[in-house]
Amino acid sequence: MIQITGVSHRIGTAPILHDITAAMPAGRLTALIGPNGAGKSTLLRLIGRLEPCQAGRIEVDGLDVGRTPTERLALKLAILGQQTHIASRLRLRELVGFGRWPHHRGRPGPADQAAVEAALDAFGLAGIAGRFLDEVSGGQRQRAHIAMSFAQATDWLLLDEPLNNLDMAHARALMARLRGLVRDGGRSAVMVVHEINYAAAWADHIIAMKDGRIAAEGPPEAVLTEAVLSGLYDTPVSIGSHLGRPLVLHHA
Amino acid sequence: MRLLPALALLLPPLMAASLMTGASSVDILRAGGDPQALLVLMESRLPRTLAVVLTGAALAVAGVVIQSLVRNRFVGPETAGTAEGAALGLLLVAILWPASPVWLRMAAASLCAMATTALFLAIIRRLPVREVMLVPIAGLVLSGVLGSVVTFIGWQTDLLQYVNAWVMAGDFSGVLAGRYELLWVAGAAAALAWFAADRFAILGLGDQVATGLGLSGRAVMRLGLVVVAVVTSMVVTTVGMIPFVGLVVPNLVSRVMGDNLRASLPVVALSGAALVLACDILGRLVRHPYELPVGLVLGVIGAGLFLWILHRRPANGQARGQAHG
Repeated sequence: MIQITGVSHRIGTAPILHDITAAMPAGRLTALIGPNGAGKSTLLRLIGRLEPCQAGRIEVDGLDVGRTPTERLALKLAILGQQTHIASRLRLRELVGFGRWPHHRGRPGPADQAAVEAALDAFGLAGIAGRFLDEVSGGQRQRAHIAMSFAQATDWLLLDEPLNNLDMAHARALMARLRGLVRDGGRSAVMVVHEINYAAAWADHIIAMKDGRIAAEGPPEAVLTEAVLSGLYDTPVSIGSHLGRPLVLHHA
Repeated sequence: MRLLPALALLLPPLMAASLMTGASSVDILRAGGDPQALLVLMESRLPRTLAVVLTGAALAVAGVVIQSLVRNRFVGPETAGTAEGAALGLLLVAILWPASPVWLRMAAASLCAMATTALFLAIIRRLPVREVMLVPIAGLVLSGVLGSVVTFIGWQTDLLQYVNAWVMAGDFSGVLAGRYELLWVAGAAAALAWFAADRFAILGLGDQVATGLGLSGRAVMRLGLVVVAVVTSMVVTTVGMIPFVGLVVPNLVSRVMGDNLRASLPVVALSGAALVLACDILGRLVRHPYELPVGLVLGVIGAGLFLWILHRRPANGQARGQAHG
């Protein structure tokens, strides 16, 4: 379980998070939803220790993120931030291979190589694994980054808008794979997601954020209601149902 | 294309050519029976050849390291304030303690070079990431400012000649046995970089990725600073600044092999050695028996290569945009 207790955060003088207390259950796929600027990415980055925690406490399976050595955390959680431009010319296989670094620290063994090939396979990259990052499309690059996080093989997977740049089929395949990891692999995942119906279709647990606070928290049926979402996005939405899951309707 | 074996085959003939090239003609195969030839070979030609190889290899590796620290391909040890920092350190220790032992001068040069390179890193952290060309420009400005500080102090203290030996175009003609051995330290620092190759490669992916993989960016940064500063200081104090090696060689190798440094650093080192050695031989042949300093030869050839790299980069970027736009 990820336990967040009394976390506040500022960037410069701008308050981003106000006294957040929340829990993300282990063995579940948790989706962070909310309008732009709600603080979802910041919260994820704090859990993944990409930013130092200014106030409050974050624990991942009992490990205090602020005090646990970073190399120990790298075996507990993998975080995929929003993609930034990478100047390095790496082949996709080499990039995914760096996901194994926390395990081998410079001396990859057969198990590491197998994990890399498996991750490349899982994201349909095996055929282009020898290409350089700057020779593939944005979606392929995004999949390579996700494959790198998978190869890290941690209990927790934190993904910040992993569906960016992915077409419908690859987005669906990623969600299915994530759910497979969670249901069958005993892993846990937290993802920031903008397209709310991906959360509706695949998430086990939803945390809705607005203005740096938790607006609602719970299973999809409890959070994805007309009242909660209309308030969350300041936009009228209605909720339908598709294959037994909520479907958020917000066209016109 | 297997670059490493190809370069490994290219280097020995170049070294042999270097042993045979110079004002007096020496037949390396018969040198055993000719004391005069043996003297030239062991006291001058061999030290010179080793000095050139060590310098080329170490500077090229230092170039890779500084480029992965700043995540910018248009930076080298000569445009990051490092060489001027080393000169400043040497100058200060020469003024404050003229009779200081060699190790102390080297330590002062390395420490000052580290400080000025760290200053460069601190400056470019505040630059907008997208403005790729601002980084080398900031480096050139910083190098210029530091260079003028060094010149000013040299002028005031009548040590300008001393200073010019370091900051002017490098030259191997003064290398003799007993006067180049510090370059082995530069070679050792470059070898150290190979052991940390994965760390530099991961740091090149950005702070976010490095932290996610449990790597302390600061520790890698410090190690990189040590490598770049030590290599540059040893080269500057022994033979003067050799331009363009640390800038051009990493770019050329990355173009072919990419940035998996564990695999590419040996190729970078051999390429740097071969490039400087070829330029040094050329400098000895152009107006034989006189010499052109290698810095001058590299200035011309390196600048040409660099312009070619500059010209090619945007073309690639455009093609990429069209392919996936």
